[in-house]
Amino acid sequence: MRDILNVTLSRRGVLGAGMAGASLLAMPSILRAQEKSLKVGVYGGYFKDSFDKNIFPEFTKATGIAVESVAEPTGEAWLVQLEQAARAGQAPADVSMMSQVAMLKGQATELWAPLDMGKIKNGANLIERFVNKYPDGRVAGIGAVAWYITLVTNTGVFKEAPTSWAALWDPANADKLGLLALVSNSFLLEVTAKTFMGGTGVLDTEEGILKAFEKLAEVKPNVALWYRDEAQFEQALKSGEIPMGQYYHDVTGLAAADGHPVRSTFPKEGGIQDSGCWALSRASQKVEEAHVFIDYMSQPAIQATLSRKVGTAPTVKREMLDLTDAEFAAVSSDIEPIIPRYDMYQTKSDWLNQKWTELIVG
Amino acid sequence: MRREAPQKLSDYGPLLFPAGMLIVFFVIPFATMIAVSFFKRDPAGFYSTAFVFDNYARFLSLFFGKVLGFSLFLAITVAICCVVIAVPFTYLLSRARRRTQVVWLVALLSVLSLSEVIIGFAWSTLFSRTAGITNLLVAIGLMGEPVALNPSFGAVLTAMVYQALPYTVLVLYPALVRLDPTLTEAARTLGASPVKSFFTVVVPALRNTIVATLIMVFIFALGSYLLPQILGRPQHWTLSVLITDQAIYQSNMPFAAAMAVFLVLVTLGLVALTLIAGRKGEAA
Repeated sequence: MRDILNVTLSRRGVLGAGMAGASLLAMPSILRAQEKSLKVGVYGGYFKDSFDKNIFPEFTKATGIAVESVAEPTGEAWLVQLEQAARAGQAPADVSMMSQVAMLKGQATELWAPLDMGKIKNGANLIERFVNKYPDGRVAGIGAVAWYITLVTNTGVFKEAPTSWAALWDPANADKLGLLALVSNSFLLEVTAKTFMGGTGVLDTEEGILKAFEKLAEVKPNVALWYRDEAQFEQALKSGEIPMGQYYHDVTGLAAADGHPVRSTFPKEGGIQDSGCWALSRASQKVEEAHVFIDYMSQPAIQATLSRKVGTAPTVKREMLDLTDAEFAAVSSDIEPIIPRYDMYQTKSDWLNQKWTELIVG
Repeated sequence: MRREAPQKLSDYGPLLFPAGMLIVFFVIPFATMIAVSFFKRDPAGFYSTAFVFDNYARFLSLFFGKVLGFSLFLAITVAICCVVIAVPFTYLLSRARRRTQVVWLVALLSVLSLSEVIIGFAWSTLFSRTAGITNLLVAIGLMGEPVALNPSFGAVLTAMVYQALPYTVLVLYPALVRLDPTLTEAARTLGASPVKSFFTVVVPALRNTIVATLIMVFIFALGSYLLPQILGRPQHWTLSVLITDQAIYQSNMPFAAAMAVFLVLVTLGLVALTLIAGRKGEAA
């Protein structure tokens, strides 16, 4: 059995090497700084483009470490690839930006190399919840960026901005919503709990979760699209085909700045705050470089640059940042956010997924 | 050309490459999938090597039964639609002038070059309220106001038939070109109308080809997972969509593998049934 697994893994390795080779050829700048380098996984598309343009060249200039950025898929596909590669002693990326659920799942298999906070002086700048720790206190990851999922509307169809997540349940909005299709990335259970059940604490028990599912089932007639692919909803939102839904605050802001008739609203219950961590694969040989990189990324100045250029919410304390109120509002909000119950997605993921699929497909 | 049975071991040489490819890219991955489907799922992480039936047990429920039923129904419907459209079309095409044939075949081949993603997004635009074909109907006064035609079953079916039709035509084309024209001529001489001779002579003569085409389109359509997602409501999602969710988003490889193995088994069973039924019909 192991042999069979190894054969498929090495085939994946060959493909990966081929792709890495192709990207090396495509980017001659990497070939110049050969001595110190680091492979960094960031979400493909907009994120990777922004980091390649605004962040990585400055980092290389400051530290002499060349960065080869690797486009990683969202969801848990990257976690699966990292884990399978690590079992074969390979690291498709040394440092990767990982979601919180992926961090917890990676912890379970000791995928993340513990970080030495002594080498990450800027770690002290971080808001406490952005330091991801193993149950025994070792540091598994450091907050890279945060972002908000908010209530978005097409301004042509909705003249007035909605003020509450309850708008999703409004019978007047039948067939007008675009919502994320997966229980683990839509965080709609938390939204339901915060909006109608007094807070996400009710999700502690299975009875509480089932109650939230019951309430959530009422939005089904309003949903025109359950999307996995962001581009699919963004296009429909801009054209007004699907005029309301949940979407990323930063991307919506950029679309509005480009002149599209869209707006992002922080409902009074708060936007959903999700975040990504920098985590180091245990198979990586570049431990020193990785610590330098994570330390660099945790500087207030870099976090401010990320907010201005990439549109992410900072992971360091606000008072350390030189962001103006307008700049801060463009990426974040002072309204207390809805923090997803990541623990729930780790411990009950199959049960939640089954109930969720039955809810929306059934 | 002389045909001889292979005499020496080296005569089998030319088989080595295709056999090797088949083993590396089909047999080994498929065997891995079957093995993984018996592994133990670890909800907090990935999976561990084991031999358990949990994954199959979870699949055997009314909910997944319904999803499987819908997937089969959708694939069969797509196969029937494609064959019903493609047989008369290809028959007429094979009787057309050479030039016309080439133009049509090139057009069909160009559809094959489109990816499923492009087909999906193109149809979702065509079916949309804001930019879709209903706007044309409004412009010529047939409709009061534009409506959204997706998400709906019709939208999924249309796009899947569109995607599978070129394959259907290309599979049917050689058989129809080779069909002896004297058969229909004889029928016509004996007084059958063109339509009658098509149904009583052409279709029965092509029975095996048509059955093979139905099976091919059915299997092709069964694997579709993007179009139901883009153009359908959740109740139109196929089993392939749920397999993808499990494999990619839930990282539940054992369950995804079990569902995939089950889908393959059901497919093979249906194909076998069709072939057995066909043989019985022939004997009768």
